[in-house]
Amino acid sequence: MTSARARFGRLDAGTRVALVVLVVIYLAAFLAPVIAPYGPTEQLDIVGLKNQAPSFAHPFGTDRFSRDLLSRVLYGTLVSLSVATLAVLVSAVVGTLYGLVAATAGGVVDVVLMRALDALLSIPRVLLLIAILALWDPVPLWMLVVLLGITGWFEVARLVRAEALAAREREYVAAARSLGATGVRIMFRHLLPNVLAPVIVTTALNVGNVIVLEAGLSFVGIGAREPAASLGTMFQDGTEAFAGTWWGALFPGGVIVTIVLCFNVVGDALRSSLDPRQLGAARLGTHTAHLRVASATAE
Amino acid sequence: MANPLLSIENLRTYFYTDAGVARAVDGVTFDISAGETVGLVGESGCGKSVTALSILRLISSPGRIEPGSRMLFEGRDLMALSDSDMRKVRGNRIAMVFQEPMTALNPVFTVGDQIAEVARIHERASKKAAWKRAVEMLELVGIPAPEERAGEYPHQLSGGMRQRVVIAMALVMKPALVIADEPTTALDVTIQAQILDLLKDLQQRFGTSILLITHDMGVVAETCSRVIVMYGGEVVEQAPVDRIFANPHHPYTEGLLGAMPKMGDDRDRLQTIPGTVPPPTNWPTGCRFSDRCRYSWERTERAHPPLFEIEPGHLSRCFLAEEPQRRLTPHEPLVAKS
Amino acid sequence: MRRLVAVRLLHAVVVLLVVATVAFLLIKLAPGDPFSYESTSLTAEVRAQLRAQAGYDRPLLEQYGRFLGNAVRGDLGYSQLLRVPVTKAIASRLPNTLLLMSLALSLSFAFGMLLGVFGVRHRDARAGRVTDRATLFVYSLPDFWLALMLLLLFAYWVPVLPAGGMVDPVMHPYMGPAEALWDRLKHLILPLTTLTLLLTAYIVRYQRAALLEALPADYVRTARAKGVSEGAVIGRHAFRNALLPMITLAGLAFPLLLGGAVFVEKVFSWPGMGMLVLTAISVRDYPLIMAAVMVAAAMVTLGNLLADIAYAWADPRIRTR
Repeated sequence: MTSARARFGRLDAGTRVALVVLVVIYLAAFLAPVIAPYGPTEQLDIVGLKNQAPSFAHPFGTDRFSRDLLSRVLYGTLVSLSVATLAVLVSAVVGTLYGLVAATAGGVVDVVLMRALDALLSIPRVLLLIAILALWDPVPLWMLVVLLGITGWFEVARLVRAEALAAREREYVAAARSLGATGVRIMFRHLLPNVLAPVIVTTALNVGNVIVLEAGLSFVGIGAREPAASLGTMFQDGTEAFAGTWWGALFPGGVIVTIVLCFNVVGDALRSSLDPRQLGAARLGTHTAHLRVASATAE
Repeated sequence: MANPLLSIENLRTYFYTDAGVARAVDGVTFDISAGETVGLVGESGCGKSVTALSILRLISSPGRIEPGSRMLFEGRDLMALSDSDMRKVRGNRIAMVFQEPMTALNPVFTVGDQIAEVARIHERASKKAAWKRAVEMLELVGIPAPEERAGEYPHQLSGGMRQRVVIAMALVMKPALVIADEPTTALDVTIQAQILDLLKDLQQRFGTSILLITHDMGVVAETCSRVIVMYGGEVVEQAPVDRIFANPHHPYTEGLLGAMPKMGDDRDRLQTIPGTVPPPTNWPTGCRFSDRCRYSWERTERAHPPLFEIEPGHLSRCFLAEEPQRRLTPHEPLVAKS
Repeated sequence: MRRLVAVRLLHAVVVLLVVATVAFLLIKLAPGDPFSYESTSLTAEVRAQLRAQAGYDRPLLEQYGRFLGNAVRGDLGYSQLLRVPVTKAIASRLPNTLLLMSLALSLSFAFGMLLGVFGVRHRDARAGRVTDRATLFVYSLPDFWLALMLLLLFAYWVPVLPAGGMVDPVMHPYMGPAEALWDRLKHLILPLTTLTLLLTAYIVRYQRAALLEALPADYVRTARAKGVSEGAVIGRHAFRNALLPMITLAGLAFPLLLGGAVFVEKVFSWPGMGMLVLTAISVRDYPLIMAAVMVAAAMVTLGNLLADIAYAWADPRIRTR
């Protein structure tokens, strides 16, 4: 059993950097209440400290409401990361369950579930979210998390179903069944462990996507709002008067890009180490396999 | 022998994996003359396929052909050729027939196209001319209605026909040497016979040499004039085919022959060789077959036997050549005892 | 093959039905209704009357039926925001989005596939690694962020391109044909570049994966044994097989583009559907929002359908059954 340190050492330089950066950012975010010099909505000196460029006292500058940007960015990162991480977990759980049920039940249930999935997948996630958020405006943060989560489990479900079906074909499941194991038992004890690896990889990669998605929604005003502003909200704030006060957009934006980049690098590394063939192939493969089955049965 | 077509000297192909260095081919030397059919026999894992791929330099990372290996073909050392020169040899002077015809053919191109491709590359033939050649080749390998078949895709053909296509692809440029890696293993027994006949027929027509890789001694008996037996990455016996069957020397060869079902046999069960091939990352220090051998003794455990000449043209890598009396005291192989 | 097309068509219809149902349910579940906005001209009675007229007091199932019936006939409601039937509003904006999308799609696939093959061909060399890293970087950029950066770069700091819109708001009607075309092109460049860059990165990654997936196959080994050059092994043998998942990707690209279009349109004030939806949010123009969602879903479904048919045609194993 190789130690974590040994495994870490074997990763290539880029991945190691990305991993470290992510850990640092996560720590900084969750320690925000402790390490931020000021509160995120604290207006320090309404006249004197308005729109200050980065300085020693305020490394990220201040915004037009005289709030310290460094503190805001720390808290904003906390919001963005929490929302994204939780949402992705929701997606992972829902998607895994859905996929396992579809794979285990088989037959008509499977077909119906998959058709429903196809329908849900045909609505672009952004538009769906915009529609829901617009209708229920304003949306509390926890609900935003839930909404992000329940619009993001479709791919996971498809993936899980494909993997579960493949695993089901293997002998030990047939053996278990012959010994009288019920569907539920098979589902959890035999299929779930096989399905976990690709789910973890996809989930890790999804965090990046959700952060961008949430940032985008906040950017157009329907995502996170004050006082729980996310990086996206701040970015939008910062772009209002970008020409003169470039720091307002640079720092929140920069943090977003950094986080996403690191997640993608780590996700890629995870993917190639856990299963080199998995790269997108299962996702596309389920679709194409679906086609071949369709053509084969259309006889 | 005088001026062989292909002369392999001390071929070593190693794979550098996380689990260690796998010495898949570990010092193999043999010759093939023009017009000969040589059988390369052994269990899976003994290195015969890797030998074949090495000849065509189709070994890729993490494997490589070790420096010091020489492969003289038509007067040139294949190891010394540049990539583009080697490409001119592949499919042109030396061709290969693979085991699984279904996966060996590209599913999205027609069979005609795949055969024609060889002509286009090596003869720079025009599309039309190449297509004509393809149809000719299909006819040559005995496929009925070749013009129509040429426009079909691999999945539309039966297993036997696909293998004929693969053979056609190999013979387009009338190569001097064809390496056939288990060409009939994936096929029906009845089709097997047809394919072997086809190979023999084509060989006579074009005077091609064939290196036939197989684990089936029956196939060898039918088609080959000389046999090379491999085990543990090495050549363990080499002889003309009639000598191998009449006077097998190496215990491994004996085992292979014993495992063959024979007409008029009244045994209930086929004899198998107990144990399995050791991993190529960890060849034993002494004789590599020692564990599974009925005649082993302390010398075979300790020392690695060289090739001895038993009779003219018959080589065997076994200490029994020096101590034949050991044959009189067989025992349970060590591996079966544990 | 014909059977397959029929099955897929049926499937598409079912999908659209489900989407319409979801849209309907969302409207019904949301707080308030299209008639609950503040207005001096709307007394309680007038509101009630409007509601009755729109059938809001009828049983749910009947409303659903009416909704579907209307939708099929092309009546998707009335937009309070623009004071025109929703269908008209969308029809006026959709072509602009389609223009962006179709151009982005074509350019991205062309560049993406070429770059993907290049990257795999040289994957052990510096060029390949650089390509890989650059692709990953671009892929990680948020669409609105990239849009903004490009806008700032080329419209403000180095002002060579217009800052938004589709055409020059003042001068365009007075331009001659060549000038007008150039005007359109100038306005198109930035939003198109944003979408194309992002989608290209996506495609390069998939293409690379598809090629690498195809490379270990036996037929690749056969090709090499025949003397095929490495370039042709990747660019012809593997590529043709990798094309199949790429076709599937084309189908998947539609939702991506539509999503990206929303933010890009906002940043560049491009008068398309995305922009329309965003404006509709602030006034809770339900019919418009929902119709946009349904139209988007319909486009995605159509895209998938076409992709499936193309795939079936491109794969000889399916085509020749």
